[in-house]
Order: sequence, then C-alpha cells, then structure tokens
Amino acid sequence: MGRKILNSIFFVLLLAFAAAFIFPVAVVLINSFKTKFSITESPFTLPLGSYFVGLANYTEGIRSTGFPSAFGWSLFITVFSIAAITVFTSMTAWYIVRVKTKFTSVLYYSLVFSMIVPFQMVMFTMSKIANVMHLDNPLGIILIYLGFGAGLSVFMYSGFIKTVPLGIEEAATIDGCTPLQTYWQVVFPILKPTAITVAILNTMWIWNDYLLPYLVIGSDYKTIPIAVQYLKGGYGSVDMGAMMAMLVLSIIPVVVFYLSSQKYIIKGVAAGAVKG
Amino acid sequence: MNRTVRRYFPIFVMPTLIAFLIAFAVPFVLGVLLSFTEFRTVSDATFVGFSNYIRAFKDDRLFLDALWFTVKFSVISVIGINVIAFILAMLFTRDIPGTNFFRTVFFMPNLIGGIVLGYIWQVIINGVLYKFGYSITSNPTYGFWGLVILMHWQMIGYMMIIYIAGIQNIPTDILEAARVDGANAFTTLFRITIPSVMPSITICLFLTITNSFKLFDQNLALTAGAPANRTQMLALDIYNTFYSRTGYEGVGQAKAVIFFIIVAVIALLQLNLTRRKEVES
Amino acid sequence: MKKPISLLLSFICLLSCCTLAGCGKKKTSEVYFLNFKPESASVYEELAKKYEEEKGIKVKVVTAAANTYEQTLKSEIAKSSAPTIFQINGPIGYNSWKNYCLDLKDSKLYDMLADKTLAIKEGDGVYGIPYVVEGYGIIYNNAIMKKYFALQDKKTELKSADEIDSFDKLKAVVEDMTANLSKLGIEGVFASTSLATGEDWRWQTHLLNVPLYYEFLETGDADIDPTLTGLDAKELKYKYYENFEKLFDLYINNSITKPTLLGSKSVADSMAEFALGKVAMVQNGNWSWSQISGVSGNTVKADDIKMLPIYTGIEGEKGQGICIGTENYLAINKNASDEQQKNSLAFLEWLFSSDTGKDYVTKKLDFITPFNTFSEDELPNDPLAKEISRYMKDDSYKNIPWVFTSFPSEAFKKEVGSSLLDYVQGNKKWEDVRKSITDKWKSERM
Repeated sequence: MGRKILNSIFFVLLLAFAAAFIFPVAVVLINSFKTKFSITESPFTLPLGSYFVGLANYTEGIRSTGFPSAFGWSLFITVFSIAAITVFTSMTAWYIVRVKTKFTSVLYYSLVFSMIVPFQMVMFTMSKIANVMHLDNPLGIILIYLGFGAGLSVFMYSGFIKTVPLGIEEAATIDGCTPLQTYWQVVFPILKPTAITVAILNTMWIWNDYLLPYLVIGSDYKTIPIAVQYLKGGYGSVDMGAMMAMLVLSIIPVVVFYLSSQKYIIKGVAAGAVKG
Repeated sequence: MNRTVRRYFPIFVMPTLIAFLIAFAVPFVLGVLLSFTEFRTVSDATFVGFSNYIRAFKDDRLFLDALWFTVKFSVISVIGINVIAFILAMLFTRDIPGTNFFRTVFFMPNLIGGIVLGYIWQVIINGVLYKFGYSITSNPTYGFWGLVILMHWQMIGYMMIIYIAGIQNIPTDILEAARVDGANAFTTLFRITIPSVMPSITICLFLTITNSFKLFDQNLALTAGAPANRTQMLALDIYNTFYSRTGYEGVGQAKAVIFFIIVAVIALLQLNLTRRKEVES
Repeated sequence: MKKPISLLLSFICLLSCCTLAGCGKKKTSEVYFLNFKPESASVYEELAKKYEEEKGIKVKVVTAAANTYEQTLKSEIAKSSAPTIFQINGPIGYNSWKNYCLDLKDSKLYDMLADKTLAIKEGDGVYGIPYVVEGYGIIYNNAIMKKYFALQDKKTELKSADEIDSFDKLKAVVEDMTANLSKLGIEGVFASTSLATGEDWRWQTHLLNVPLYYEFLETGDADIDPTLTGLDAKELKYKYYENFEKLFDLYINNSITKPTLLGSKSVADSMAEFALGKVAMVQNGNWSWSQISGVSGNTVKADDIKMLPIYTGIEGEKGQGICIGTENYLAINKNASDEQQKNSLAFLEWLFSSDTGKDYVTKKLDFITPFNTFSEDELPNDPLAKEISRYMKDDSYKNIPWVFTSFPSEAFKKEVGSSLLDYVQGNKKWEDVRKSITDKWKSERM
C-alpha cells in the first residue's frame, strides 16, 4: 500500500520534471511564430495579436539559410558516412580479432587511443590535409568521418566479435568459403545488433557535428548546424524570428528519427555502454 | 585460416586504415610537431622549442581561466548528471506508470545538436533574466550555470538509459536474498545495487567527464565566451587562439597538446580507479 | 552475398575517384571573393550571377559571418582553392597577410584610384586598394529633434539640431530630451549601446577613434599622418580617456536600454530601435542605411535622417567633422594562378567601371568609391551617403580620419570591448578600463 502511494508521488514529481524537459523546446516552437523583436523581450508570451506573424519567420529563415540544401547535405553526409563506418570498421575489427600480429594490436590500440583525443588537437592539421588531398567536399568528408568514427566502432565491434565462437567460421572455411564470403555470410549476420548500435551512436554524433564540417567544407556546403550558426552573424544582424524557426526545423528531423526508431536507439545506447 | 585471412588485408583493413591515417593519425603526429614551431600555414613552420608552451601560460591568463572554468564546470556537471540520472534510473525500475513516456522525454534532448541546444537555452535564460534587467552576458556566473543546466538537460537521459540497463542486470535473487536478510533500502543501495552497477558507473563517468571537458558547440552557441572570455572553456579558447589571432597558431597548437594530455590523464585515471572498484566487488 | 561486395566496391571506387580526380575541385580560373560585409552578401551574390551571365566567368562569393573575417580568411587561405580576392583592413591587416598580397601597381584598378596615396604600399609595391569611403557619426532623426525644439518648456536655447557644435550642447539637449521622453514619444534618446560579442565595434573601434585621433595629432609632428603616428606608438598615453567616458556615459545614461542589458544587444537591435522611431539618435555609419530601410514597420523618413559629428568635449573640437576613412582594402591572392589573378582583377575592374557594375555599386551597395570612374552624380542616393558627401565637401568641417587602422590587433579591440561591457555592468571602474586599454595596447604592440 505504502509503495503505491510512494509511486504516485514519484509519478507527479516525474511529470513535473518531464514538463521541465519539454518546456525549452515548447518555448522555441511558440516563439517561431512571433515577431522577431518580441522574442528577446518576452519569450514566454503566446503568439497572439500583434505578436503573431504566421509562417513569416519560416519563409525568411528558409530563404536566408538555404535550409533545404543544408538538410540535403546533412542527410547525404550522415547516411553515407554511417554506411561506410558500419561496413568497413566491422571488417577491420574482425580482422584485428582474428589475425593476431604486432601490427593489428598496434592498430587496435591506436584506434582506441583516438577516442580520447579532443578534436582541437587535430582540427587544423586534419582540415589542412583534407584540403590538400581534395577531400573538402561532401564525398571526401565521408572518408574523414570513417577515420574519426573508426575508434569507437572498431572498439565496439571487436568487443562483440571476441565472444563469437570460432567454430562456425572454421566450418565455413572448410566448406570452401573465402574469408570474404565467410565474413559476409556467417559473421556479419551475427554482428547485426552491434552494427545497429554502431550506426546509431555514429548518427547521433555526425548529424549534429559542427566544427569538423565547418572547417572542412563549411564555406561551400553548409550542413544544418553550420547553417544555424551562420544565421547568427552571417547577415550582419541576428534575426531572432528566423533563428527560432530554424531551430524548430532542425529539431523536427531528430524527433522523427527518434520516435521512429526509439527502440533501437535506447537499446543501442545501453548496449554501447555495456560493451565499453 | 589465419594465413588466408591475411591475404585479405587490403579489403578488410585498408579502407579503415587509410581513413584513419588521413583523418587522425597523421594530423595527430603533425599537430604534436607543430606545437614546437611557429607557423602560419604549415609550410612555413620554424622550430621554436617549448616557447609556445610557455606563451600559452604567460601571454595572457585566458588559458588558465578557461582551464579553471572547465574544471569547475566538469566537476559540477559530472556529479549532478550522474546523481540525477541514477535516481531516475532507480525510479524507473519501480513500477511507475508511464515509464516509457518519461524515458522518451528525458532521452530526447540528447539527440539535439550542441549548436541548436545552445541557442534554445540562450532564449530561455535570457527570457528569464530579462525580467530582472539582466542577460546571460551580464555576469559570467549566469553563463556558467546556463552551461551547467544545459549540460544536465542534454546528458541526464543518456546516462539514465545506461544506469537502467545496469540495474536491470542485477540478478533478482541477490536482491531477494538481501530482503530476506532484512537489509533496509540504504544498505541494499550501497551494498548491492551500487557495487553491481559499477561497470555502468565506469562508463557513465567516462562519458560525462570527457564530454564536459571537450564541450565546444554548446559553449560557442550559448555565450561564445562572453562577457570578456570569462565563460570560455578550453576547447573554445584553443579554437579562438588558433583562428582569431595572428601569430598565435603555434600557441594554439601547444594549448591543444596540453588539453589532450589533461583529458587523457583524467580519463585513464578515472577508468583505472573505477575499474579497480569493479574487480573488488 | 554479392550485394554488399558490389556496394563496397562501388564505394571504394567513388571515394578513390574523388581523391584522384579531385571531383569537386574548382576550376583554376574561378574567381573566389571572400566578402567582408555581411550586410552586402546578397548583393554580391546577385552581382556574381550577373557577371557570369555577361562574361561567362564564375565568381564564387563567400561571406564571413560578422566579426569572423580574420578567422575565416585564415582557414580559407590555407586551402588549395583559396580566395583570390580578399580584404585587408589597413596597414595592420597588411602586415598579417603580406605574404599573400599581389603587387597591384600595374593594374588598371590602381590606375582608377583617384587619390593614389590612399592605397596600401610598401616600397614600390601597391598591395591594397581601398574600394569604399565611409563615414560615421551620430545619426539622428530630425523629426524627433524638431519636436523637441518646438517644446514650450525646453531648457536649452538651441533652435535646431544643426546648432549642436560641441559636447556640452549635445549633452544639454540629450539630457533635456530624456526629461521629456513621453512628450517626444520615444523610449530613450540613444539606441542601445550594443555590447554583445562581435557587436561592440561601434565603441571599441569607432568611438575610441576620436580621442586617439587627437592624441596622435598631438604626439606626432604636424605634417605626419596621425595614423602613422598611431602605428609607431609603442605605448598609449590615452590622454583623453575622460572625454571618451563623458560621451560613453551620455550614451548609456540616456539609452533606451538599461546598462545591465547592453551585453545582449546587437547592432541590428540598435538600428531597429532607430528605424522604428523609438529613439532619436544612434552612433553608426552610412553602411547602416540598409539596416534602417530594411526594418519592417519602419517609421523614420529618409529626409529626416541626418548626421552629427561625435563630440567628446576635447579642446579644439569646434568645427570637427565626422569620421571619414576606409578600412576596406582589396587585395589579390599572390598564390592564385595567373589566370585567377587576371580574372579577379577583371571582375573588380568591371564592378567599378562598367555601367552595370557601377549601377550596383551606387544603387544597391550604396558605396561612395574612391575611383575616378565614378562621376559627381554617380553617388549613392541614400540619406546617409548624402550626409557623408556634405561633410566631405564642406570646408568648414575638419573631418577625422580613421586612425583605428593603426590599432595593434583584433585582440586589442576585443579587450576594449569587454572592458566597456564590464564598465556598464559595474564590474570595472573607468580607471581600470583605462588601464586595460593602455596595457593591452602595449602588450599587443610587441
């Protein structure tokens, strides 16, 4: 009985806490329909009467930031980077676990090491190299993301591969499969859950990444975070209305992605932690 | 089998290896080397020994201030986030109605990018402060707590998920046995739950510490260091040293090396400490 | 089974093609203009399109976000497809970028420059060519001023804004206006003294220009350009810091915005306040016209927009004019290909001498240019540009040059800005502001 009462108290507390979590997003949504000058001064009033501007902020924001193209580039870069990371790093991880040489162990530790290094350490040299090698375009940046994502991804894959019994692979080899066939027919299907985890953790990072794409391709191709940041000073003035509208537009894809694959995301995050 | 696999090195390892060399390994080594030189664009680098490292501390107080700000911020955030996330996780393992809904809500901010988060909170905080005649840049304290709140808002959900997974992994018979022995809630928490979720604590601490230390986007969007660079964290200070000041490129790179060493030492120390606890329990 | 492999192979192909052939690599003839003026971004983009239609040569325009030009230039110039046309902000900027500046002494663009002394030179070479002459002062809305001068119970003797010719008169008028805000229908005399990050240049650069001009005038020889004196100054006496304070205090004490809130205000906020008729005065220059005219619900009439000199009460300020000069010098990237250099110059010459180009310059960019290709009547038609021309032509005014091009670095200006912010928020005394300014000047000069 006491437990039930306690639970209802907790429920109410959680409800209040949840409201505090939704509040900021709600405020931005409300303000995206208000005149730009009312936003700094009274962000908590509703978009009524003279405050209401309809979709004007959205049209202005989309026009000045080129939001559709920013969305397109963000999507392109994220999707292909994730594909590359999921496929290539899993193969590398398998090789590292199965072929034990000095080289593979050095490679493994360098990859793990790269996880703790702050981006600022390589920001200048990396963007310089990317430029010299003509990787400063939406295709080239995929290669960069593969290199940056490799640490965490190889780490997670190899953690899982270590638990996969060798027996199945050996059986496949005896049946005459080449290692590549063995890998794709036998190993990769087993890795699928980990692959989903890897894909999700990398999506969360790459979709929202700002500094790396800004330095590498920022002047020619703007991704969503770059477009939002550019809105602040890129036009000689900050249009708070357009800013609110852009914030809303950048949250929408995230929310859609989250609600549609929530199950995998939550599982992925939890699984990612257990492996670590 | 080993030998046949090795022949497939180009297919299995090459793509990742090349990408890793281009994106990380080579830039990292170059970065360390450049920190001992003075340069504008790499090709004109001249060796200057440790002078960049000395200038990082001597030329102005920005780096030390940023370091102190980052440390304060990280300590408060790491403790706050983990405590709150743990409490929430404990609640969600009771049978409270709407658990799924709450989990959805609490986790969502984590998916929103740092730049967008920064601007969201800037509006909220400025809106509140405006009523009292201030703004977030009026006082570095506002910026500091703004960042702390923002960080909590973003990270709590993520850590909560990890803690829930950890708590759910505790075998129920242990908890049952404790109850039969008449252990009260506190004893159960400190003797059984916390030791059993030590692996989750390790990873949560690791994630919160490294993320707090490396924070950049949120800092840039929320205050950009205002007022007077007093809400500037290490990553932002390095970026500004590097790109906004001519003649300070080497100093920026040296600061980055110091920053890297600090992050690495703290992360390794923490992993070692909490891992040891895991073994003990 | 086949699928993943073929996918994989096509992927590798794609990436390697990209690396080898450099897809997305720019043609080496392309002009890349790194624009300094965010307020002109869209006009330049239009111009680039027009130019490509007319001449078939692609011009890429990238605009750096406000106050990040040096930052953007630094990361862009290191690239293989670096800007071919960029901007330096005077002798100090030239010093940072001299390794990239092409000698322009034989170019037609230099030929077009009416007053050759304006260019940035070193030895025989010409490395930076100014393309716009600008002026700033205290912009006022004459409709509101007339309303004030018509007040029955006003405490000053003046009859119109033209009669304000010293700090004391300005102060008397402004303070009396503040006492009559409701009668004038305004919320403050001055627009917000914007001190948000990157929005403080009207004070840390433009306002500071005035006291430092008088100082350099005194410390240097009579026949030496005060800017050169500034460039040589290892230390700042900062003799007229109290005059800076007087005007600055006048700004913040008679402002529409409480001092504690100034740290979140942007230049755009201030210009909007002025455009909407909420304030009577704002310190800014003729480039801000688009920010006044572009505000929707704008109430201020073009005919009512006038400009006053920035009076600070320094002895001998009678007859002082507005601050006129340039910090916008075009430079061509020495490391660009010959063809790019040729095309870049051709684009600039087209911009400043062809009919289409000139039309854009005077009507859309609203530039007063220093080029002889523009005739007397080819001047921008906006009220602020007209005010600048008026001050330039009237010999009874002694206009102040932009000595701030001699300020030691961006870091110095930032320090001034943040000290001023500290001052308005009550965290610093004016004496400490003075000290940070002189200290920073010394440390940055080294």
